[in-house]
Amino acid sequence: MMAFIQTLGRNTRSSFTKLGRASFFLLHVLTGVIDLLPRPRLLINQLYSVGVLSFLIITISGLFVGMVLGLQGYYILSDFGAEETLGVMVAASLVRELGPVVSALLFAGRAGSALTAEIGLMKATEQLSGMEMMAVDPIKRIISPRFLAGLISMPLLAGLFSAIGILGGQIVGSGLLGVDDGAYWSQMHAKIDFYDDIVNGVIKSLVFGFVTTWIALFEGYDTIPTSEGVSRATTRTVVNSAFSILALDFILTALMFGDD
Amino acid sequence: MQHSSTQDTLVGLFVAAGIAGLFFLALHVSNLGSFVEQQGYTIIARFENSGGLKPKSPVSAAGVKIGQVSDISFDPKTYESVVKMRINAKYNSIPDDTTASIFTAGLLGEQYVSLEPGGSNEYLKENGTIEITQSAIILEKAIGQFLFKSAEEKK
Repeated sequence: MMAFIQTLGRNTRSSFTKLGRASFFLLHVLTGVIDLLPRPRLLINQLYSVGVLSFLIITISGLFVGMVLGLQGYYILSDFGAEETLGVMVAASLVRELGPVVSALLFAGRAGSALTAEIGLMKATEQLSGMEMMAVDPIKRIISPRFLAGLISMPLLAGLFSAIGILGGQIVGSGLLGVDDGAYWSQMHAKIDFYDDIVNGVIKSLVFGFVTTWIALFEGYDTIPTSEGVSRATTRTVVNSAFSILALDFILTALMFGDD
Repeated sequence: MQHSSTQDTLVGLFVAAGIAGLFFLALHVSNLGSFVEQQGYTIIARFENSGGLKPKSPVSAAGVKIGQVSDISFDPKTYESVVKMRINAKYNSIPDDTTASIFTAGLLGEQYVSLEPGGSNEYLKENGTIEITQSAIILEKAIGQFLFKSAEEKK
């Protein structure tokens, strides 16, 4: 019994100290972002590895998610004779929920895990301490560009995901199943609001990008510098990111779409 | 790592594609492209019952959308529903004896305000009031009346 309480106390304390370290880390990273302005080359390199390399998986997933939505939506809506609202259904579910959430989950799996592994390995092979020896701040030099790149890429990827998904829904809906093309677009046009739907979706993806990159970078930086430690940190990045994305999505949805 | 100018191009393409996607969403998918934010004027109509009308419901004349409902409130003195409508500035010649009615698009569709222009030469201005209105048809009420009527006839 005593041992149980002791473990509980130790775990609580260690998770709080970890949260504290993560917060200080974030503060350090954010101050490093300002120093990035005169050196855009660092950012562009990271935009390439975080954004461009995630481009393909995001667009292909977006296309298929949109096509599935078109198919399922058609089957359900045609029961009520409301196939014309297919466009609204596809667009609203993509822009509000699936676009930001699914692209953030894919981003965590594709880019987040890579960031953790990369930085964890840098730590394990003492590259980070080597930089410190040369009076180069590794957080400013290594972490901050990656953080900013993640923050910039995420809304762009989510927007692409939604846009391609809507086109995919249109291909299935009006191309294969015979929903009127004009109705697909005009109903969508009438029902999707710029501020309520699109801006809120972009805010969501910004928040997800912030949290996912933060988790990925911190897990990498905080890893135990062994091969096992790096592998554990990578797993934790994906699990914690997925959990935070879904939990935050619920909170953000409740705040944003509360009253009609 | 690739040659840096190829990388620049790819990053540029990625950012451009992302921004194009967001623009597509903003202009082609949402209602930002329509005249919501454009100039217009407000007219008011008082209905006995505005049914399921909501802000942003369309206002149409002869089947063409010319504006949207901006605000609905309850007047505690006259017990009427006060519906404010924002009309596109392009359509500035709506006669002041226009009739406003609330209709439903399709059996289960959304409700909208339909304006039927009268013959007056005076046009509605900012905050002008439409005097002749016809309330929304409440389906339950209509069914109730129909049942009542058919029961009367059977007697």
